[in-house]
Amino acid sequence: MELEKFSYDNKVVKYFIVATVIFGIVGMLVGLTLAIQLFYPIFNFDLPYTTFGRIRPLHTNAIIFAFVGNAMFAGVYYSMQRLLKTRMFSDALSWINFWGWQLIILAAAITLPLGMTTSKEYAELEWPIDIAITLIWVVFGINMIGTILKRREKHMYVAIWFYIATFVTVAVLHVVNSFEMPVTLFKSYSWYAGVQDALVQWWYGHNAVAFFLTTPFLGLMYYYLPKAANRPVYSYKLSIIHFWSLIFIYIWAGPHHLLYTSLPNWAQSLGVVFSVMLIAPSWGGMLNGLLTLRGAWDKVREEPVLKFMVVAVTAYGMSTFEGPMLSLKNVNAIAHFTDWIIAHVHIGGLGWNGFMTFGMLYFLIPKMWGTKLFSVKLANAHFWLGTLGIIIYALPLYVAGVTQSLMWKEFNAEGFLEYKNFLETVVQILPLYMLRAIGGFLYLIGAFIMTYNLIKTAGQGTFIANEDAEAAPLEKAPKQVETGWHSVLERKPVIFTVLTLIAIVIGGVIEMVPTFLIESNVPTIASVKPYTPLELHGRDIYIREGCVSCHSQMVRPFRSETERYGEYSKAGEFVYDHPFLWGSKRTGPDLHRVGKKYPNSWHYYHMLEPGVVSAGSIMPPYPWLYEAAIDKSATAGKITALRTIGVPYAEGYEETANEDLDSQAAEIAKSLMDEDGIEIAKEAEIIALIAYLQRLGTDIKVKEGQTTASN
Amino acid sequence: MFKHYFEQIHNVEVWPIISLSIFFIFFVSLLIWVVRTDKNYIKAMSNLPMEDGAKPIEESKTIRS
Repeated sequence: MELEKFSYDNKVVKYFIVATVIFGIVGMLVGLTLAIQLFYPIFNFDLPYTTFGRIRPLHTNAIIFAFVGNAMFAGVYYSMQRLLKTRMFSDALSWINFWGWQLIILAAAITLPLGMTTSKEYAELEWPIDIAITLIWVVFGINMIGTILKRREKHMYVAIWFYIATFVTVAVLHVVNSFEMPVTLFKSYSWYAGVQDALVQWWYGHNAVAFFLTTPFLGLMYYYLPKAANRPVYSYKLSIIHFWSLIFIYIWAGPHHLLYTSLPNWAQSLGVVFSVMLIAPSWGGMLNGLLTLRGAWDKVREEPVLKFMVVAVTAYGMSTFEGPMLSLKNVNAIAHFTDWIIAHVHIGGLGWNGFMTFGMLYFLIPKMWGTKLFSVKLANAHFWLGTLGIIIYALPLYVAGVTQSLMWKEFNAEGFLEYKNFLETVVQILPLYMLRAIGGFLYLIGAFIMTYNLIKTAGQGTFIANEDAEAAPLEKAPKQVETGWHSVLERKPVIFTVLTLIAIVIGGVIEMVPTFLIESNVPTIASVKPYTPLELHGRDIYIREGCVSCHSQMVRPFRSETERYGEYSKAGEFVYDHPFLWGSKRTGPDLHRVGKKYPNSWHYYHMLEPGVVSAGSIMPPYPWLYEAAIDKSATAGKITALRTIGVPYAEGYEETANEDLDSQAAEIAKSLMDEDGIEIAKEAEIIALIAYLQRLGTDIKVKEGQTTASN
Repeated sequence: MFKHYFEQIHNVEVWPIISLSIFFIFFVSLLIWVVRTDKNYIKAMSNLPMEDGAKPIEESKTIRS
């Protein structure tokens, strides 16, 4: 039979690899800085751009989209060409994908420290960047589907299905979650409010983990693990079941991030049930990976690539066991808002994504440069440093999480909270934070060693930019046995893609439609009013400074929480919250009922020098809020934008809003002056922030006992 | 607590049942297909990563794998 000659494009893979390594190290460095800031707040440097709240999203975005994202593209571009026996559909699209993605990362690296953020986790980037992400993602999709269409291999290997699912689902998630109302070029409000916004966000957040951090890497596992071990996957049948059940179940599990919140109970239960079911496909996949090495474990001892992959797959197994456990309501009651969750995601991030990426890089560089790995010893050193790093990172955080949670819930014999001061529970776990930073540091050292090793490896070989290959064209390929609908499906990429889309959309729709219906049916709590213009500015400062990174605004219905914070949070209280700010971590106390709890002057001094007001506090100071002035020119735009998405500001209110703003600000400035002799301009940003904090959770305090009973 | 919310949604109790049946039917038919499918086809599929059509020149130079 006539074989066609062609070549595989290694050059774009090489560029993605370089980007992976660079952004991996940058992302980890930012992570290490954050870890240190938690016990040495001085490392916030008293600068707006380097405070914890602003660089925490920088870390998560850098790791997820820059490090893991580029690794995914590298892995996909390499394996897809070979599995389909063709060059990518279009070199031009490959390069648009590459440079477009790097520009998006650059934009993120600039805007996030500047405080331009939507505050929705892993979707912090503002609307122009969201649009750019959509465009580049579509370019990736066209390039991928195009490649599949011009393939020389009749059937699509299971890895390709995972890539398709990744493309389709991330597109849907990103578009739905990014519905926002632009105010200025770099400021927007989420289209959804309160409970709805929370549900959409965690449907997104959870599935971003599923379809950005998991499915593409499962695809990579199904290609690189058999490839590195030079033997086929343990059970291809299992991989088919793995794929369909995973994408079917994953999409439902999002609400487990919102247990005990104001989200309707049925949605919480749905999230729990599907989360528990998720353990089956996840472990099916893990076992499939590990059993591929049955009878070949001697290779694992000698081959760094396999070592990394074995730990990666094991970490995948651990975190996918832990995930369902954490979504049980009784476990969640303890673990949620604590460092347990941080440990959990880092088993996934450092173990699964990190080690899978490292294994892949140790495999790809020698192949693409036609040489051997420069030093197996260094790779082994990296392996042990990394493994040790993960353990020293995660274990202290598990202890910290459980310790702190138990302290939050501890009552003394008299029936009062044993640790009334939240700070006591923070000081208790600071040594564990230090250990965690050491773990992260070891992991980072390992990454540096890898970088050196890979550069040396490339140096001793010659880069093969276009790798020659030959294969029979599709129409002449030998006929394979057809057995039923699924194998037919694997020959029809477009139908396959559509089915995948349906599988993931069903979950999303059934979960969200009732919740969206609720919005029009929620009996609005009469006393809940839109924010005043000054409070609105304060809220936007709260968003800008990333306060939500460390403070929740969701008092759960536990006695330990109502004792500590006050009345538990009601769904109806958040109807004007675009976006919702419930948070996911309590490094500091919950703030939903902080309004009117302290005098204005307390907030004034506390934001200036937290450590002086609360001895031992690890909160960074915010001196710039005392100098910068509220941007009153933005008020009208904000009011109009919010009215468009349903906040009932009266028509024409934007014209007079600044008058209300001025009088409320003057009132606060006067109270500061009268009570404590503090002199501060009424335009200062801190005034707006105080206004917002004093408003928080007070709507239903006003008529205590009247409006709350019905909820 | 949220009873009065979903009392107002028409037939809310049917949603979880629809979701479960869709999942169940698909999954069962998938299992049946996987169990009954041809062994040669499965074998050919699982060997795909090993046959990438690249010229063997590179193979000899690669790391032991």
